[in-house]
Amino acid sequence: MPPQGNASKLTTMRDAVARHVPSGSMVLMGAQLEQMIPFSAGHEIIRQSKRDLTLIGPISDILFDQLIGAGCVSRVMAAWVGNVSAGVGYCLRRAVEDSIPRRVEMVDYSNFTMALALHSAALGVPFLPTYSTLGSDLLLKNGNLREFSSPVSEEKLVAVRALRPDVAIVHVQRADEFGNAHIWGSLGVAVDGARAARKLIVVAEEIVEPEVIASDPNRTLVPGFLVAAVVPEPWGAHPSPVQGYYGRDHAFFSQYHEQSRELEDFEHWLERWVLSVPDRREYMNQLGACRIEALGVREHALSAAADFGY
Amino acid sequence: MPAGAQQTESVTRDYTLGELMVAAAAREIGDGELVFVGMRLPMLAFLVAKRAHAPRAVGLYENGVIRETPSPELLYTMGDPPNLRGATQCSQMLEVMGLLQQGRVHVGFLGAAEVDRFGNLNSTWGHRNNQTIRLPGSGGACDIACLARRTVVLLAHERSRFRERVNHITSPGFGQGDSWRTAQGLPERTGPSALITTLGVLRFGSDGEAFLASVHPGVSVEDVLANTGWTLRVADKLLETPAPTTAELATMRELDPHHFWTR
Repeated sequence: MPPQGNASKLTTMRDAVARHVPSGSMVLMGAQLEQMIPFSAGHEIIRQSKRDLTLIGPISDILFDQLIGAGCVSRVMAAWVGNVSAGVGYCLRRAVEDSIPRRVEMVDYSNFTMALALHSAALGVPFLPTYSTLGSDLLLKNGNLREFSSPVSEEKLVAVRALRPDVAIVHVQRADEFGNAHIWGSLGVAVDGARAARKLIVVAEEIVEPEVIASDPNRTLVPGFLVAAVVPEPWGAHPSPVQGYYGRDHAFFSQYHEQSRELEDFEHWLERWVLSVPDRREYMNQLGACRIEALGVREHALSAAADFGY
Repeated sequence: MPAGAQQTESVTRDYTLGELMVAAAAREIGDGELVFVGMRLPMLAFLVAKRAHAPRAVGLYENGVIRETPSPELLYTMGDPPNLRGATQCSQMLEVMGLLQQGRVHVGFLGAAEVDRFGNLNSTWGHRNNQTIRLPGSGGACDIACLARRTVVLLAHERSRFRERVNHITSPGFGQGDSWRTAQGLPERTGPSALITTLGVLRFGSDGEAFLASVHPGVSVEDVLANTGWTLRVADKLLETPAPTTAELATMRELDPHHFWTR
């Protein structure tokens, strides 16, 4: 049972974004890398015309590209921005090379240094050391990576400055109404990201009873007391996959690649898939029943139950 | 392929260039080794190695996945659901990066837009028609290049990509050669091991400079030199890159029947 006095944090995507993602925020998304990317949250951010965001994430399979193309972003702190199965991000290129629709500042990390930056914030210390990026131009150009001499050995190391997002948006398989959430499969930097951020929005495929979450506390990677809002949003990560719920829509990524190559085509894409649909339900209607069915789980693979008895 | 067996253009090859590169990459993996697998062709190379000669190799992926069995289906990304089901462990990024930083990872695979004489890689700022273009960036490439014992790079062999000096080091190779890596503070016994290109395989001398170690069947040394932006050294005993075996091809085609990765 949840502690007495807890209030439900359930809300809609529209409300969660309106309340917790003001313009100018530093927003962490895509913490689980290619899986469970919070596309529905990103699309709502675009619809609400948020501006001057700093996007934070290790890699960002086309969601960052879309937010950049929609003009929401002034800065990106990431290791990789593009389209994982297709190649470059054309909106990123237009923004960085030609300031279309606006100039975007790039703060380049590697995956490891991004993970350390978030872990450092999650631990509440100002930096963490690593050997990674020594000798690279990332170290020279990213001011949050600083070379220093180890106080305990005769070595050079890189201090990775703690990075504290204003808000992290983490997609999960299931959560209770208080925000206690189960995640399994591709974890990436989700655990560190959730703890590093000042605020946390949990987007869940399913809302379940608190007893379901409490039955397997090792799988509870986000404790509810850290959570500001819980958004029930089935298919909220499409076209990225959610283990046990749906597969990756590879064709959608390829199509986006083609349809974002030219500015005019991207604007049509954005109108069709984001601006002209009010919410995720309508987006899924547009995607169509056949495609949804094809992406569904073909063969379930349940884990063995763990006995927490005593 | 036996020494001296010269394959000419007239010989019909029953494999694609991509398949040849995957087979060459697979052979860089030793049995029992920990492998940072990466994206694209190396995902397939790891599976080929597992089936062919390295059944005890362990695959590490940046999303935290650790796998000892091949994925049952073709992967478009390391996060595809078939790569997680039946994994040895679904850990976190910091855990696999920790294994890398400890020096436990034998070999890591990378791609890049540009490479130079000393194996430094650029995947952040590219060049096209005298314009600078913005590329996706490091991902985990810089980490692997800094910390893996051996780094193997796959890329297209074009003069515009093989530059005397890259003007942005996303992922350090041997820097300016000799003891440069040590001077930077990078861990001992790490660095580039092979560049598997669309024309041949380059390796690195003890001074950190790349040399041509093998040419692919049907490719001449002149082709390679003409497509390299510096005066490339050539091995005294230049080899021909061995063609994929029937078994290696069968594995690739079972997993990638439509040549998504191996065109």
